[in-house]
Amino acid sequence: MNVLVPLATVVGLFLLGFFGAASGMGWAFGVVFPYIAIALFLGGLTWRVVGWASSPVPFRIPTTSGQMKSLDWIKQEKLDNPDTTLRVVGRMALEVLLFRSLLSNTTSEVRGKRKLVYGIALALWLAAIAMHWSLIVILIRHIRMFVVPVPSLVTFLQKVEGFHHFGEPVFYITSVVFILALGYLLFRRLFVGQVRYISLLGDYFPLFLLLGIGLSGFWLRHLDRTDLEGVKQLAVGLITFNPVVPETVASLFFAHLFLVCVLLAYFPFSKLTHMGGIFLSPTRNLANNNRAKRHVNPWDYPVKVHTYAEYEDDLRDKMKGAGIPVERQ
Amino acid sequence: MAKPDEPEYYKQEDLLSVDLQPPRTGWMDTKVDFRPGSFIYPGKAKNLEILDLPNAREWAVTDIDWQLPEDWQKTILEGMAERLSKYRSFKLFMDTCVRCGACADKCHFFIGSGDPKNMPVLRAELLRSVYRKDFTALGKVFGKMAGGRKLTEDVIKEWFYYFYQCTECRRCSVFCPFGIDTAEITMMGRELLGLLGLYVNWVIEPVANCFKYGNHLGIQPHGLVDTLEFMVGDIEEATGIKVDLPINKKGAEILFFTPSGDFVADPGIYTCMAYMVLFHELGIDYTWSTYASDGGNFGLFTSHEAMKRLNAKIYSEAKRLGVKWILGGECGHMWRVINQYMDTMTGPAEFLEVPKSPITGTVFENAKSTKVVHIMEFLADVIRNGKLKLDPSRNDHISVTFHDSCNPARAMGIFEEPRYVIKNVCKNFHEMPENTIREKTFCCGGGAGLGTDENMEMRLRGGLPRGNAVRYVQEEFGVNQLAAMCAIDRATLPTVCDYWAPGVRVTGICELVANAAVLKGENDRSINLRLEPIPGGAADDNDEPRGSSDDE
Repeated sequence: MNVLVPLATVVGLFLLGFFGAASGMGWAFGVVFPYIAIALFLGGLTWRVVGWASSPVPFRIPTTSGQMKSLDWIKQEKLDNPDTTLRVVGRMALEVLLFRSLLSNTTSEVRGKRKLVYGIALALWLAAIAMHWSLIVILIRHIRMFVVPVPSLVTFLQKVEGFHHFGEPVFYITSVVFILALGYLLFRRLFVGQVRYISLLGDYFPLFLLLGIGLSGFWLRHLDRTDLEGVKQLAVGLITFNPVVPETVASLFFAHLFLVCVLLAYFPFSKLTHMGGIFLSPTRNLANNNRAKRHVNPWDYPVKVHTYAEYEDDLRDKMKGAGIPVERQ
Repeated sequence: MAKPDEPEYYKQEDLLSVDLQPPRTGWMDTKVDFRPGSFIYPGKAKNLEILDLPNAREWAVTDIDWQLPEDWQKTILEGMAERLSKYRSFKLFMDTCVRCGACADKCHFFIGSGDPKNMPVLRAELLRSVYRKDFTALGKVFGKMAGGRKLTEDVIKEWFYYFYQCTECRRCSVFCPFGIDTAEITMMGRELLGLLGLYVNWVIEPVANCFKYGNHLGIQPHGLVDTLEFMVGDIEEATGIKVDLPINKKGAEILFFTPSGDFVADPGIYTCMAYMVLFHELGIDYTWSTYASDGGNFGLFTSHEAMKRLNAKIYSEAKRLGVKWILGGECGHMWRVINQYMDTMTGPAEFLEVPKSPITGTVFENAKSTKVVHIMEFLADVIRNGKLKLDPSRNDHISVTFHDSCNPARAMGIFEEPRYVIKNVCKNFHEMPENTIREKTFCCGGGAGLGTDENMEMRLRGGLPRGNAVRYVQEEFGVNQLAAMCAIDRATLPTVCDYWAPGVRVTGICELVANAAVLKGENDRSINLRLEPIPGGAADDNDEPRGSSDDE
């Protein structure tokens, strides 16, 4: 159910894009949906981040993963237990760019009769980092669709990861890595018992969607090249708010584009918002300097306490009997 | 015949044959199995009344009807809405999880039980599913398809079971790529349950006691004097020195506070005696307080408000007594409260001075705002400056390992000071395996108010990873003592060690220091603070009844 419904949905969306554009609705699939999707993406993500940011951080609660700053002669782990903003930025950069916490992942299993053994678990980190970084590279490569002339960063990337001996067209490593990494992430969701048990429909849907986008993109790039000039016309038209829908662009392209639109529109309302959320996590983006620098809770309020005077009133005789000094006799 | 609240009831083979195969039914449709030994008894009405908490009543976890107040769904949903708007952590952690599962086998309760709802991700999903249904756009439209779930009494029962099956140890948050901290989720879950009057007595009674009498155990001032005087007597027997006992002394330089568990429970009492020995030897002008007689704060395991209600005593007492700064003893969650909440909640303590060691002159810049120094920072500095004469050979019969307690590790980051101190007082020190220490340390299984005997099955299961690592160093290096700077550890780890690594005893660090300290005017020091002969021989091992950890 959690697997088949999202799979069928993605296949359905693909077909909708494929045949929809072909049946004379090129304007809807090439112009209207992309605009709606981008508006939902930008608006939704902003609304999401503003929503998180509007809740304050009443207490400073960083997870400390190394030695704190203390006595001069004790070596502080500056990144794992940062005490200054700069060090926090360092910690965050490693989290965001390298998924450092996930890199420390381990496995545990009871081996033999009663021995608990821990091992290194790199597969999830590797798949995650491969997927995210290839996605970034692929996105950067797409810039050439929108900009004339093509920026040097894009041509540089193309040179670095392109394989010419595959013949024309140039074959890109990331196209394959992206799909393989997604495949592994889907595989573990389906076949690792615990992961399958916790997986929701909303975990499979983005995977199928990204796979659909990746595969259709791969097809368009490497197997059945569409009219690139037409695509470029469409793309440039969209970003200059002067949209045109060239007749020469293949249906497969519209299917690809439609899946991208769905992804963008779905993004802010799903778990994919982790892209923005990772920057705001109070356990990672705060310095552990609470004892040196007071943190203020904006909604702090007075609470009912049992004062010393009340305490002494309750227990004065007993205190005096035990020779404990009291405030009032 | 052993009962479910006794370790003997559980066979090691049974606990070790952990079934990792998730149930056939989906987690939303799998009901809680309240089996004796795996849950904690509810909060008694009298304790709720002392604290003015709602829906005080007598009830049992196994009752079908939990006597929830009218409109309880509304109470929970409003409570969630309030907390979502007050805590960014809560709101964010509801949204950003991608269910990658990296946290799953990081939880000692999951490793030891295999229950999928003990995977941190699923523990959070118990709350998240309700959040999605009632607070997110997709959940409102698509309901269960979007991972939403209706708030029913069964959901509340499940929350109660699993939010009191999390020790808020934060180990999972070290591995989470988004820094999601299950401790935050559990804290919110417990706060929400509290709105309906659902507490466990093991937590709420200490809170009520602490509120009224200044410490979790409800020791009244004259009782505390008796307890400490008894220790003074034992110290004299062990060392030949009669130490001072300053209580509620105005104008002392330092207010000392430590968890009350160490006043009464073996082996914590030896740590408590050690403080007095060391302060006397160093000639520190300090005082105990009967009003602020607990560093521990079970409010942390109850609600932010309860935490603040208890914590307020410390600064107010420091002000009343006119001390210059505050020194805190060996405790775990107490240090989470001091490091992450105290100054924000009950500060600023402008009436105090920046802590400066009267022995070495070192100024503790890292505590210049809270004005609270950790005893290990303090002692590491003293030892480094050569101000304490030590004879580590007095601990030669001990081979020690160090258990990083969850909160000082992951909510503070004090790793090197205790190791430095231990290495200076004990020649035989061996670390447990890398994945079980420092920021990856495993909980004792009884933190966050779970260390009661009625919860024995979960304590033993949760204690498995720690116990296993202890047994490893026991077999590999002949380790016979485990040092821990946490009173809950000292109360619960003896049970865990007896069960999973019999023969390893638990000690506080200061106890090791005091035993190694060469004191001015001491006797021949033939016995240690436990009044056992030194160095060890036949009389030293295995003949002492262990505390049954029926304490915090």
